[in-house]
Order: sequence, then C-alpha cells, then structure tokens
Amino acid sequence: MTQINVRVDGVAYVDDVEPRTLLVHYLREQLGKVGTVVGCDTSNCGACTVHLDGEAVKSCTVLAVQADGSEVTTIEGIAPQGGLHPMQKAFHEMHGLQCGFCTPGMIMASIDLVNDNPDPTEDEVREGIEGNLCRCTGYQNIVRAVQQAAREMGGAEMNPSGAQS
Amino acid sequence: MTVTEDAATLAPAKEVGQPRKRKEDARLITGKTTWTDNMSLPGMLHIAVVRSPVAHARITNLDVTAAKAAPGVVEVFTGRDLAEEQGSIPCAWPVTPDMVNPGHPSIAVDSVNHVGEAVALIVARSKVAAQDAVELVDIDYDVLPPVLHMEEAVKDGANLVHDGLSSNTSYHFVFDGGEAGTAADTEQAFADADVVVSRRFVQQRLIPAFMEPRSVVVQPQGDAFTMWSATQIPHILRVMLAMVTGVPEHKLRIIAPDVGGGFGGKLQVTPEEVLALLVARRLGKPVKWTETRSESLMTAHHGRDQIQYIDIASDREGNVKGLRCRILADMGAYLRLVSPGVPVLGAFMFVGIYKFPAYRFECDGIFTNKVPTDAYRGAGRPEATFAVERIMDELAVELGMDPLELRRKNWIQAQEFPFTTAAGLEYDSGDYEQATQQALQLIGYEELRAEQRRRRESEDPVQLGIGFSTFTEMCGLAPSRVLGSLAYGAGGWESASVRMLPTGKVEVVTGTTPHGQGHETAWSQLVADQLGVPFEDVEVLHGDTAIASRGMDTYGSRSLVVGGTAVVKAADKVIAKARRVAAHLLEASEDDLDFAGGSFSVRGTPGTGLSIQEIALATFASHNFPEGMEPSIDAEATFDPVNFSFPHGTHICAMEVDTETGMVKIRKYACVDDVGTVVNPLIVEGQVHGGLAQGIAQALYEEAVYDDDGNLTTGTFVDYLVPAASDLPHFDTGNTVHEAPGNPIGAKGVGEAGCIASTPAVVNAALDAVRHLGVTDILMPLTPERVWRALHRGGDGGERATAGTVAYGGAQTETTTGVSTDASSLGGDR
Repeated sequence: MTQINVRVDGVAYVDDVEPRTLLVHYLREQLGKVGTVVGCDTSNCGACTVHLDGEAVKSCTVLAVQADGSEVTTIEGIAPQGGLHPMQKAFHEMHGLQCGFCTPGMIMASIDLVNDNPDPTEDEVREGIEGNLCRCTGYQNIVRAVQQAAREMGGAEMNPSGAQS
Repeated sequence: MTVTEDAATLAPAKEVGQPRKRKEDARLITGKTTWTDNMSLPGMLHIAVVRSPVAHARITNLDVTAAKAAPGVVEVFTGRDLAEEQGSIPCAWPVTPDMVNPGHPSIAVDSVNHVGEAVALIVARSKVAAQDAVELVDIDYDVLPPVLHMEEAVKDGANLVHDGLSSNTSYHFVFDGGEAGTAADTEQAFADADVVVSRRFVQQRLIPAFMEPRSVVVQPQGDAFTMWSATQIPHILRVMLAMVTGVPEHKLRIIAPDVGGGFGGKLQVTPEEVLALLVARRLGKPVKWTETRSESLMTAHHGRDQIQYIDIASDREGNVKGLRCRILADMGAYLRLVSPGVPVLGAFMFVGIYKFPAYRFECDGIFTNKVPTDAYRGAGRPEATFAVERIMDELAVELGMDPLELRRKNWIQAQEFPFTTAAGLEYDSGDYEQATQQALQLIGYEELRAEQRRRRESEDPVQLGIGFSTFTEMCGLAPSRVLGSLAYGAGGWESASVRMLPTGKVEVVTGTTPHGQGHETAWSQLVADQLGVPFEDVEVLHGDTAIASRGMDTYGSRSLVVGGTAVVKAADKVIAKARRVAAHLLEASEDDLDFAGGSFSVRGTPGTGLSIQEIALATFASHNFPEGMEPSIDAEATFDPVNFSFPHGTHICAMEVDTETGMVKIRKYACVDDVGTVVNPLIVEGQVHGGLAQGIAQALYEEAVYDDDGNLTTGTFVDYLVPAASDLPHFDTGNTVHEAPGNPIGAKGVGEAGCIASTPAVVNAALDAVRHLGVTDILMPLTPERVWRALHRGGDGGERATAGTVAYGGAQTETTTGVSTDASSLGGDR
C-alpha cells in the first residue's frame, strides 16, 4: 500500500492505495465518486475522463499514485450543489445525451477542449472530442452543445472576476 | 414560440409536439446516476468469470485448487458444480416446429463452443481478488476443429458445432407469398420475367456495443431475491429466470436502474444473470458481476451476420415482377432469447415499399463456433432493407434506369394506403413521394448530380456518388395475435397505470423500460395533455418489477406506439372516474360536464370549474364521495395493438470516393422520415441521429472479425470501430407526418429508423461513385483497403480484407455479378 494525498472535487483525502490501483477505481471504489464511469479497458472510450490539475485525463490511464499531490475534478465537482456548469446546461438544452453513460466523460473532455480553444468550429469540436465515444447521439447534438457552452464560457471569461456561473 | 395569454386561456398549448428538454438529464449530466455497477451492498461478493480461450473443445481437466486458495477468494464454481440447477438460457422463439435447439448452458460443463464461454466462476471479497484468481484456474482442452463459415458449415460432411446433432442447421423457415395467398407464384413470375438480377450480399457480424458494460447485482433476502441488472427487459427477465432457475416468480424482483444503452444488446437473458442468481442462492450473500469491455465485445450477443442470395425479376420497363430471397443466418454456437426470430422479423420486410406481385423468402439458421447472435437495432429489418434497396439499384443498372425512377415506378402510391404487400403486411399510411421530394431538396440533389458529372468528365481522382434508400419498417412490436402465429413465446401488449396523488401530482407507471429513449419526458407530455396537468407535475416510474408489475419492456420501436398508448388509455380511465366524482361534487349530471385544460365544468355555467388535481385531494379524503364508488380515481390499462405501424422515409447519401487511396467520405447526408405524430421533436431528431450513426457505422466501420481459430480479433475498441465524432458527418433531417391509424397518439416509432435506412444508402452512394470504373459491389464495411482493391483488383474488395487477420483466410472471391448459384456463392470469401 502507498499513501497518497489528493484533493478531489475540493475535498482533501489521505488514503492508502495499492500501487496498481487506477485513478478511476480509486475514485469509484474508495471515494464513492461513481459519477465517473468505466466504459472500456483500452482507454478508447473516454467515459472515465476527469480533470487532473485542470487537464482532461482518462482516469483509467492514470494510476492513483500518480495523482498524489494533485487536484482532481470529476463531473460531481464542476458546479456547486444545485447549479450547473455551462457545459452541463448546454448538453441538457441541446439534447446532447441519451442514455447518459458517456456524458460525464464527454462533458469533462469538452470543458477541456473549450478551455484550450474558446471558439471551436464544428470540425474542431469533432476532432477535439474524438477520444470520447458515444453510441446514442450520433454526436451532432454534442457538437451543438459544446459550441453553445463555448459561447457562454467565453462570455464568462471576459468577466474580470473569471467566475463561471 | 410565443403564446398570448388569451390564446393560452382559450386553448392551452399542447405538450405533444413540443421540444421539451428531458427530465432524465438532471441526474445524467451531474453524475448522480444509479448504474448497476455503482451499487454496493454490505458483505457483497464479486464474481469474475473464467472464459474459454478456444472456440471448440472438450474440457478434459479443470483444476481450481490454486484459485480457491488465493487471497480473498471465497468460492470457485465450475460447470459441474452448477450443472444440475443452471437449466438452459431460454429461446423464446422456436420459429419452426422442428427447429433444433441444442440447449445453452450458462456455464460450460463438458465442452465449449465459442471463445469467451464461461468455464468457471471466481467469487471473492473484492473485484480485484476475483480477477487475480482467474489466472490460477488450470484447464486442459481437447481442441476440436471450429466451424466458422456458414457456407462451409452447410456442406455435406462439414464439421459439426454440436456433436449430438446431425447438421449445423437449426431451422429452415419459409415464407412463400404464393402458398400464403398473399402473392402470385414466385417460380412462375421468374420464369415469365424479361430480366432477372441475382446478387449475393453479406451482412457482416456486428456488435451492439452499448456504452455501459453489462452488470448485475443480486441480493438474497430469505427465500426471495432482488436483482439489479443493466437490462432492457426486467419483466421478461423475471419470467425467464423463474423458469430457468426454479426461483418462483413472486420471489424475484428485477430492477433495471439507469441503463446505459442497449440497442437490442441488452434484450437478453444472459448467462451471467443466471449465474449471479445461482451463486447468490448458493452462498446466501449479495453478489456483483460487471463485465470488462473485452468481455462485453467477446460474449454479449452479436447482431446481423447473414449471407443473402437475392433474385429480382422485372420487365424491360422496370415493373418489378418478383423477389426471391435465400438467407443463411449465423446463430452462433447457441440459440439465445430471440436468435432464430431475428431473420424471421426481416422475412416480411424484404419487399420494402414496393409492389412485388410475387415473393418468396427462405432462411436457414446455422450454428457456428461463435458467440450467439440476437437482436441488434433493427433486428432483421436492416438486413431486409439492405437487400431490397441494394438489389433495386442493381436492377436499375441492368435496365439502364435512374435508381429513383425505378423506385418511384414500383412503390406504393399515397392514395393506395392501407396497402397489403406480397408479404401479407398491411402498411398503414405514408407518402413516399412527399418524403423523397423533401429529401431531394434537403440535400441539394441537382447540384450534386452536376458535380458528379463534372468529376466524371474530368476524371477527377475523387469521384462523387449519390445513393438512395427509400425504406419502411414494421414497428410497434407487436400484435399478440401475430406473435402467436409466428410461434413467439409471449405477447406484444403493454401496460401502464396512472396514480393521482393527494396533492394533485401524478405518478405514471409504465411497463416500458427506457435506457436512453426519454420516456420520462415523453410520457409526461402525453399525460400532461390528457389530464390537463402541468408537465412538471408528472413523474414516470419504470424498470422495477415491484413498481411496474406488468410490462413487456423496450425494443422494436414499440415503447411509444404500444406503451405510450397504454399510458393514454390509463389516463382516459382516470378522467372517466374523476368525471363521476366531479358530477357528484358539482351536483350535476356527468353528461353535462365538460373536461378541458384539466378542469371539469358544468356546461353553460361559468365559474363551476373543479380541477382533476382537486378531485385527487377529494378522493384522498373521500369524505364526500359518490355512493357506491370505491375511493380511487387511479387506473391502469393494457394495450394490445391490432397491427404494426410502418414508419418510412427517404435517405440520401452523397459520398466522395478517392480512387487513388480507397478513402470514402460522406459529403452530405439528408433524410426525411415519417414516424407519424412527433411527441417530442428534440427526442425524435436525437433518435434519428443515433440510428444514422449506427447504420453508417455498419456500412463504413464496424465488423466483428474472427480468425481461423475462432478468436474474436476485434475484441477491444481499438479494433472494433465504433465511430467517433470525427468519423461522422453532419446530418440534415426532416419529417413528414402521416399519423398511424392504429393508435390514438398517431405515432409509428422512431428508434430504429435511422439504423435501418442508412446502411444501403451509404453503400449505394459509394457504388454510384465508382460503378463507371467497373466496380459492382464492395463488401461492408467499406474500408479504404476494400474500396481500393475493388477499384484496382476487381471483385468486391473482400479478399484479404485486413492484413494480419485470417477472417478471409486466403479464399478467392469470385465476382458474383449475375450469379447466385450454390457453386458461386460457396466459392465466396466467407
């Protein structure tokens, strides 16, 4: 067992983990963060995407010990209780989800995409989220959602306080 | 949309037709979901499955000593341990009286018949401990030759999948329109025809690939069991598990919590569900099994996998005279829930939207040493649609006609509905010309044809093709009487109840089991309109046999058509009961009451309104209730449709083919679907998009490939190409609306439309781009290598499709143009 110090969705944890434990299994099984899901075992589907120190990672490709000393944000930590991140809101408004299994990962990847490219074209969105698979939507409404959220997040960025409601 | 206050008062805006955002989303976008794998119960044990690495073998030795001694392992079970109680995975659809069903053990006892078949179960205190111990089970196999290719499997002297059987054929199903009295004699029609075109088409094996891996949790409570499962069919599962395991039905509660997609892939009674129940019963402890993606791709049932020999007859002017279909359908190693029925569902759809005077269909269900096939989005109808839409193009080429003109010449005219086809189905409503005209406009047809001409004339290395699919499908499964005539083991009705809570809120209980379709939203819209209550006041409950006690679940584009109708009928019964209460409270005759906008009022007496929500409270109190009436206005209803519904549409694909590299790229895709009344346009559009993605994926990307030893070589998402956003085009979609006469909503079903229609449109488009270069067919999926080979080496591109795999094992492909004899088809590539 190895001890790790990690902040997840704003809460500090000190935990013992087996060195081989994947970050996604630590999140789900030790912390009960089951909003983040496992969809494959080859890092293709992206359903487990979280932010590690602000960057999107597939949490099935990161060992929990690699997150030692880091800040992890999951789908459960991107908005205050009762509130929605603009990306969550846009997925709802644009019908960017059906069964919703890929959605947490898709939203986390999309936030990272828009952080890097605040005004992506349709093609840029399609390329930008190609590491996340969705079997239900055919992606068109996801693309719409990401572009709508980008507009809203861009607007928030111009706010000097940097707050994103 | 703006609604003035006056207008709203006069006629409240109807919910049906509004693009309501989904109620389901709130939990799904925030990660507050209840996937089965999220469940954790006190003392819960974890199951890992040891699976066969060989396709066909006798088990000669199985040693679990080391596994049993491993840290954290509680118990290890083999097939012998469970042989007496495991029964057989049920097959509910014996399509012929003499269908051969070898039985389907959930865990192998003496022999294995496909790679991935369960051979031992590790039960451990943690998932990790269970998985670690899988490696410690020692098994010896006496390997037998695998049977992998249907055309080989039906030859005399072929190796057998099942020793005890006389052949690899499970059944021979025939529908002959002449014999059934629904059409003329097929042989005569072909004998008299001016032109006969014959083709061999291959529907490759596909994997449903739902995003949520399957998972099951079983909790024993005394002599009763609660099972949570990622299933589409909690109700059917309950009945079947009771029959298979002997656990009495009333001691089984099945819950399908949030379920992450299914597409038919979770329309199953799975070996792992049976095994989890048996283990929980043995150990008296809660257990969980969750599959890995590789396990899912390797062992959850597959779809499609047909070889189709299609003959079409016509006169010189392009009037079709007959259609003859001979199908080999790969069942895999065993028959699962509806494995044999999938091709039979297609049997009645091969005639498509055309007025064939003669029609004959025959299908052989064939065993191979592969995972069983079963329902996958469309289930039989995509196969049929592909065949007829491809052969219509081939006939058009033969006759030198425009493919759309040939279709138009033969399709059912709008004024001819209801129309009984050569397959005996009565199509309900539609207008194929109208949908086609709209689709042509959407895609900008004339401009594309002009560009195609320019590219041909300039011998551009990138050629352009345009492909059509003018399809229909049978939906709203299903009239129980028809299912009975096809020997299916259950009915096709659906159940619903509507409960009025004291505060006026409404609980709707539905027997359908959504897993992404948005029933909570759409059913709320239906009930809001019917009862005149706010959309927000309706809660839809589903997927738990203790809450929704009766149901037939969700598949076959049936939920809205059949289940939604049950909801509407239950709401109507609530209104009828409330009317009696209202008459009592308003001291008026029931006949003098109007019900509008959720309120009863005495006709001609303004200000007498009493809302149905107030009546709910009065019913709760029951202080002042009609004499002799039981104090409830709740109601339930069961709806059994009289006929199927028949959505239709025109799909057009414009495809660029790079003749130098074989790369294909969808330039534009437009479709106009008629799914009857649209309850929620947002959801309907989403369903069409998702269906298109899967249909296009069949044409271009996906194929379950087995090597010569029977190993699935596409066992991960690295190899099985579920398309990403960058692999798919933008879709231009539209609707025409011809209400379905068979249900009060007027809906026809939309879940499968895009998937059924798109595949032939895409392939027809690719062929249209390169036909002038001598290409007459390309095997699906249209990989760049296959397209390039078809262009530069002739044939259908199928030989040695993927270097490194031996799925096409060095076989030579013959060009099948104009031939579909046994000899030529047996010389094919698979």
